[in-house]
Amino acid sequence: MDDLITEFLTETSENLGELDVGLVKLEQNPNDKELLSQIFRVIHTVKGTCGFLGLPRLEAVAHKGEDVLGLFRDGTLEVTPEYVTLIFESLDRIKLILDGLESTGSEPEGDDTELIQKLADVLKNAGVTPSDEVIMPDMADIIIEPKTQEETPEEQPVAAEPPPAAAPTPAAEDADQAVPKESSVANQSLRVNVDVLENLMTLVSELVLNRNQLLQILRSQVDSEFTAPLQRLNHVVSDLQEGVMQTRMQPIGNAWAKLPRIIRDISIELNKKIDLEMLGQDTELDRQVLELIKDPLTHMVRNSADHGIETPDIRAAAGKQETGTIRLNSYHEGGHIIIEIADDGKGLPLEMIKSKILSNGLATADEIAELSPQQIQQFIFKAGFSTAEKVTSVSGRGVGMDVVRTNIEKIGGSIELKSVEGQGTSVIIKIPLTLAIVSALIVESGKEKFAIPQLAVKELVMTSADGDSRIETIKGTPVFRLRDHLLPLVPLQELLKINTDTPSSHEDETDSEKESREADEARYANKYIVVTQVGSYTFGVIVDRVFDTEEIVIKPVPNILRDLDIFSGNTILGDGSVIMILDPAGIAKNSGEIEAAETMGGGAAAEAKIDSGMAKTSLLLFTAGNANPKAVPLELVSRLEEVKTAEIEKANGAFVVQYRGELMPLIPFDSSMEVMELESKPILVFSDKGSSMGLIVDKIIDITEQHIDIQIAGTKDGVLGSAIIEDKATDVVNVEHFLQTVNKDWFKDHDDNPYGANGSDSSGQRKRVLLVEDSPFFRNMLTPLLRVAGYEVTTTESAMDALKLCDAGHDFDIIVSDIEMPEMSGFEFAEKVKTQENWQNIPLVALSSHTTPQDMDRGIQAGFTKYIAKFDRETLLNTLSQTLSESYGEAS
Amino acid sequence: MTTAANANTQETQDLEAEIASGSAKDFLTITIADQMFGIPVLQVQDVLGSQKVTKIPLAPREVAGALNLRGRIVTAINVRERLGLDPRLDDEEDMSVVVEHENELYSLIIDKVGDVLSLKNENYENNPATLDSVWREISMGIFRLESQLLVILDVPKLLKGVHA
Repeated sequence: MDDLITEFLTETSENLGELDVGLVKLEQNPNDKELLSQIFRVIHTVKGTCGFLGLPRLEAVAHKGEDVLGLFRDGTLEVTPEYVTLIFESLDRIKLILDGLESTGSEPEGDDTELIQKLADVLKNAGVTPSDEVIMPDMADIIIEPKTQEETPEEQPVAAEPPPAAAPTPAAEDADQAVPKESSVANQSLRVNVDVLENLMTLVSELVLNRNQLLQILRSQVDSEFTAPLQRLNHVVSDLQEGVMQTRMQPIGNAWAKLPRIIRDISIELNKKIDLEMLGQDTELDRQVLELIKDPLTHMVRNSADHGIETPDIRAAAGKQETGTIRLNSYHEGGHIIIEIADDGKGLPLEMIKSKILSNGLATADEIAELSPQQIQQFIFKAGFSTAEKVTSVSGRGVGMDVVRTNIEKIGGSIELKSVEGQGTSVIIKIPLTLAIVSALIVESGKEKFAIPQLAVKELVMTSADGDSRIETIKGTPVFRLRDHLLPLVPLQELLKINTDTPSSHEDETDSEKESREADEARYANKYIVVTQVGSYTFGVIVDRVFDTEEIVIKPVPNILRDLDIFSGNTILGDGSVIMILDPAGIAKNSGEIEAAETMGGGAAAEAKIDSGMAKTSLLLFTAGNANPKAVPLELVSRLEEVKTAEIEKANGAFVVQYRGELMPLIPFDSSMEVMELESKPILVFSDKGSSMGLIVDKIIDITEQHIDIQIAGTKDGVLGSAIIEDKATDVVNVEHFLQTVNKDWFKDHDDNPYGANGSDSSGQRKRVLLVEDSPFFRNMLTPLLRVAGYEVTTTESAMDALKLCDAGHDFDIIVSDIEMPEMSGFEFAEKVKTQENWQNIPLVALSSHTTPQDMDRGIQAGFTKYIAKFDRETLLNTLSQTLSESYGEAS
Repeated sequence: MTTAANANTQETQDLEAEIASGSAKDFLTITIADQMFGIPVLQVQDVLGSQKVTKIPLAPREVAGALNLRGRIVTAINVRERLGLDPRLDDEEDMSVVVEHENELYSLIIDKVGDVLSLKNENYENNPATLDSVWREISMGIFRLESQLLVILDVPKLLKGVHA
């Protein structure tokens, strides 16, 4: 294809993308002159370029479109929805022609007469309105132009001779405003072919691998003269890698650009009122990932608008605002991007899903009766499951949520769905930042090594021949008891059929049945279980050995192996050997039919999302400093690492270690600990909001599930108190203390000082606190803290759940609520609470990282009694006791 | 996929046309199970000795594994298996010829690598109609050499026949 045409296509599609956003805004704000000029300019450029390249069909459409836009810009014509629809129609036609041009290299055949006639009619109608001409005397020269056409309507449909005055006039006007802006932007960026960047990325990936190889060689050598230069090379390569990755990053807003237009079209077609809120548009992610999630995202937003949001009359009848809201939000969390799509529509219709499950034969009525609403909702991820009552032109085209889920899982992401019938649906997608380099766990099975993406790995368990950590078998099928759940297991060696020359003992008929079972179980002794999660399905993969984690570059498998869905790719390790990368979703698929509704995760999620005070917590047990066991809630720990003491450095008087290309602060649990005495030390890594810290301990003991009942409050910094765990007195660690030691900004430091004395509750009866907090991190941290202070704590992870407790008649002495929460913010929550008869007198305390006076004012207005910074332990406790004594002191 | 397949046929046809036109062509000769084969020299990227190969479980039996060639992952193909021959009996070192196909590298594991021969059209003949069907598929024709016959290996077809 002609280079010029290629260039033209690239530029035009970019411009048209911008137009979609622009035009929707225009409809909302028809008097925005600047916007009008911008839209006009883009379409004008298209027209001008077409003429130059000899594309008559495109030119004719663009030309008429430009003329009509010219009228809008000049104010001659009022922008009405019909006109905007007409302009959209023209743009769609232009896109159609461009698509044809792109695939064949020439304009496709087709007849635009009708469209051009419609546009011409608009011009004609506008032209005959004399009052416009009078109102706009300074625009006289332009208004003459449509008039000339009006005088010669017989020559339609195609304006064979475009009036020469039309093009130059606006162009000349534009030149003055446009040129200075554009040139400054043009100087700062340049267009690079994607292939060049891809190639660069490949080269950098190779370089990273080579560097890893060199570093590995270096480690085996004592006192090498290469140490210093290699360390420098190491840093430069890391920076280079980051820099190149940066070039591939694009704001997620690019994938959203089309959405306003889609929502607009749907709302017009289906007579709905829909607001689209887009937050976090600047969040950047790898363009490859961006391309892959574009369609699933569009699909889901379309679903929300089509199936989710109700028509205004239905909404009004349900007591909602007539205008429905679809909110998109994206942000970084750890190495991931979280995208939330929430609507306040009608939610997933359970009854309809149930009947659909029945009619599709996916489950029997008896089975359905036993399922929780959440489990039933999971069925929408099944193939061919569209619940739209009728197929509209908007959605229900046979692609369903199953495709969305497959696409997202393909790139190592996960998707989570929450829906409350009548209140809305929210979908949370978690995807890796980049596909190029991922962290993977290297395992061995049948003497072959494999990589498993770390993202899918939940935990590792080592099995033994007997006792609790023994693999049991049911008819030869291995299973494992993992903290009160039966974990299905997949023996990797058998799944992959590698070196399976020791078949199961069933062949030997002389064995008694007992012996055969014992032989089965003996085979699984001293193996490792990689606990893996795919969607909400958790299962274990049995492997022989577990090695390190490595940063790997995923390379696609060759074409002839594409059918093997058990591998997601392959890569070259630091030692130069090739290794296959296992695809957890592929393993799940190949090791048994996965029924979304049957999975363990679904079952767990199905339990009401209310943590009563007596709920069990997973605890990580370790020792540090002395032999007494210490415990920390497992959910707070993001990873366990083993760090070589030789790699621990000192910076600014504190321990640090280079971790995943960044400096991570380390603190010994106990200052008396000898950090350097051994060759390596286990580290508990805590991460939140992109920063990490490591807590140096002596030994990791176990993970256990316990109800923490702290019996003696801690006297030492860093210890919340002591509890009986596994029959031993165990110190429960206050993670917050260490986080604050390391990073004063961790909690967005507060201005006010603590009042001093710890305000623990003095009355004989325990006060009941309801904690509403969406972040599990804070929830897990605050709950033990409040419990130690003598409160009876109930937590919910959303305002909706909290209101359900209200409806259920629960009573509390005080409510502590986060402000920034999905679905319903703390402000809305407070307003709602104040309207509830049984709760309106309960004092409300807001916890927020935004503590500007405006925020505080808004909080007080919404009905909060106090508004305090997140997170300040002293102030929180003081405020609680103070508020309680004020409120109830006065009352009694 | 169709375009790729077309490209292959195109490649093959071009080669056949060139052979037929009488212009001399250079072939790398290789030996498998005592039979001499020729691979157009321009298709050959590299010649390797025995390599450490990572096995790929569940892969088609013709796929011997994957190996690292200067940072690129190469899929090793056991040509004996592909041609329906028994595994090698002698214990000499295997050789590999690396070829590129649809932007991917493949290493063809064979017995021996010989010289590069420049062959003339007059010695070229089409496949004998009675040839084994597997061999007929992967052969682009036969060259009559003085002492033996040389089968021209159709690399794209050889690789296309590998299915999971």
